[in-house]
Amino acid sequence: MAETHSLQDMRPQAAVAAKVFIQRDYTNGTVCQFQTKFPSELETRIDKQQFEETVRMLNNLYAEAEKLGSQSYIEGCLACLTAYTVFLCMETHYEKMLKKIAKYIQEQNDKIYAPRGLLLTDPIERGLRVIEVTIFEDRSLTR
Amino acid sequence: MKNCEYQQIDPRALSVSPLSVQTHTEKKEHRPRRKWEVFPGKNRFFCDGRIIIARQSGVLPLTLGLIVVTCGLFFAFDCPFLVEHLTIFIPLIGGVLFVFVVTSLLRTSFTDPGILPRATPDEAADIERQIDTSGSSTYRPPPRTKEILINQQVVKLKYCFTCKMFRPPRTSHCSLCDNCVERFDHHCPWVGNCVGKRNYRYFYSFIISLSFLTSFIFGCVITHITLRSQATKGLVQAIQESPASVVELVICFFSIWSILGLSGFHTYLVASNLTTNEDIKGSWSSKRGADDSGNPYSYNSIITNCCVTLCGPMPPSLIDRRGFVPPDEAIPAASASEIELPPFTTKNDANMCTQSTKDVLERMIHSSSEFNGLCPPGTPKTTPLVLEVSSVAAPTAEPSPPAGCSHQHPRRPALCPPFDRSNKSDALHSINPAFRLASPSPSLSRSTLILGDAPDIGFNQLH
Repeated sequence: MAETHSLQDMRPQAAVAAKVFIQRDYTNGTVCQFQTKFPSELETRIDKQQFEETVRMLNNLYAEAEKLGSQSYIEGCLACLTAYTVFLCMETHYEKMLKKIAKYIQEQNDKIYAPRGLLLTDPIERGLRVIEVTIFEDRSLTR
Repeated sequence: MKNCEYQQIDPRALSVSPLSVQTHTEKKEHRPRRKWEVFPGKNRFFCDGRIIIARQSGVLPLTLGLIVVTCGLFFAFDCPFLVEHLTIFIPLIGGVLFVFVVTSLLRTSFTDPGILPRATPDEAADIERQIDTSGSSTYRPPPRTKEILINQQVVKLKYCFTCKMFRPPRTSHCSLCDNCVERFDHHCPWVGNCVGKRNYRYFYSFIISLSFLTSFIFGCVITHITLRSQATKGLVQAIQESPASVVELVICFFSIWSILGLSGFHTYLVASNLTTNEDIKGSWSSKRGADDSGNPYSYNSIITNCCVTLCGPMPPSLIDRRGFVPPDEAIPAASASEIELPPFTTKNDANMCTQSTKDVLERMIHSSSEFNGLCPPGTPKTTPLVLEVSSVAAPTAEPSPPAGCSHQHPRRPALCPPFDRSNKSDALHSINPAFRLASPSPSLSRSTLILGDAPDIGFNQLH
């Protein structure tokens, strides 16, 4: 946690060199999936496998959130019967998954992306349109 | 030289506390605003962002009024007779249906239909870059479209000029609400809101329950009048005894046609996983000659389509109405000012020691001819100062004067005359060695430039 803290403080001083946007992948319909194509701007910063693994994991988490299974149907029917008041005391499956996704992104940022001067922004903050990858100016070069 | 610069910016000196204190005080000065207060679309918000409604409420009051009045008349005038002659369940069923109708209606009206937040400036710039085609700068380019494959079907995505993004499939921009709405069905004036992905199920339950309610009331009123006319042996007399029933009859009769028709239509849409928008435009009409309707979103099973549309997972609201607007503008100003202070306070002693040496050096540089010779056109002002750094190796303070000087460079890189102007400021600075010592830290001024207005230019210049 200490390292994240210091990097987050460094961030206002660290210059934003560029921002890369990973767009949505609509080949399977309107489900939330992101393109796994590796952007060229990140070639010097991070391993291709690592990045694709992160995006693939995110895609899996979103797919699970929007999964049509017995659990989601039961939740939907129960909500309808109680006139949706059940959501005052219970969290929807989707919201639980979003929290999981936020935690996963935070963890990835701490372990993998921050040490390389990159930052992933949670897609929910961008309306689930893009995964924003902020590339910070590489101060390590001055060392 | 580079090592010196790096050492001058001590990361430990740029600790959290002054920055966070600064930003917190800034935050307290300007009350943090919630995102709904700065929402760009034409919507109105109530209860501090909890309730959202279209700007034009349309005929929602009329809808509510009609429902409440009709049910009120029913409970007041028809139910006593029917309870007496038939069963107590009539008002009970009526009551349950009424509650269902009103809650569905309010839910439809006050829920975010699936509004997509507009693209951030960075995103918009990125998209513009990708679709930038050569030429055509004189006239407005044709509407931008992107073709993608969804389930082996070609779908065209249109670019939304208002929201500055390519609309996801099934998304449409509502001109009344000025928002892009996901799985846009239609803008319903009766409900006073768009019907989209997030409130379609409420809308559907509203029209279904309303059809049941109107049919129920219609049936009960007919029964009431029939029973009464049998008792009083005259239809006219029955009507005279219960005039409210006639009012209800008229309202129900006219509503039933439209409501039942609408329910039937939407049941068809739900079963084939279509939206009103797509159906009207004929996006997936069977002229393609395929067995299925050509709808790439359909699961080709009525039950699955129904379950998906009505009982599927509830996506969250993407516009985050109650979130706080991030104070992005406050931070750069704060950190810029903060960066100046810590180095100054910690390195003051060193400044004092090298005061005399600095004076000598500055006087040397101060003579205009030498100065002009030292700074070739196109290089930032700080270059000669950088040379000083190597000799003096003194830390710095107050980067704002050199930042001010070097600011001129990005704008007029090839000219020496600006240096004359800055000569004066230099002269002033040279008097106070503390200020002068600040200049040898181009990295500090670099960071202030970056955080200021012209980040890229300053960046390029100094490199």
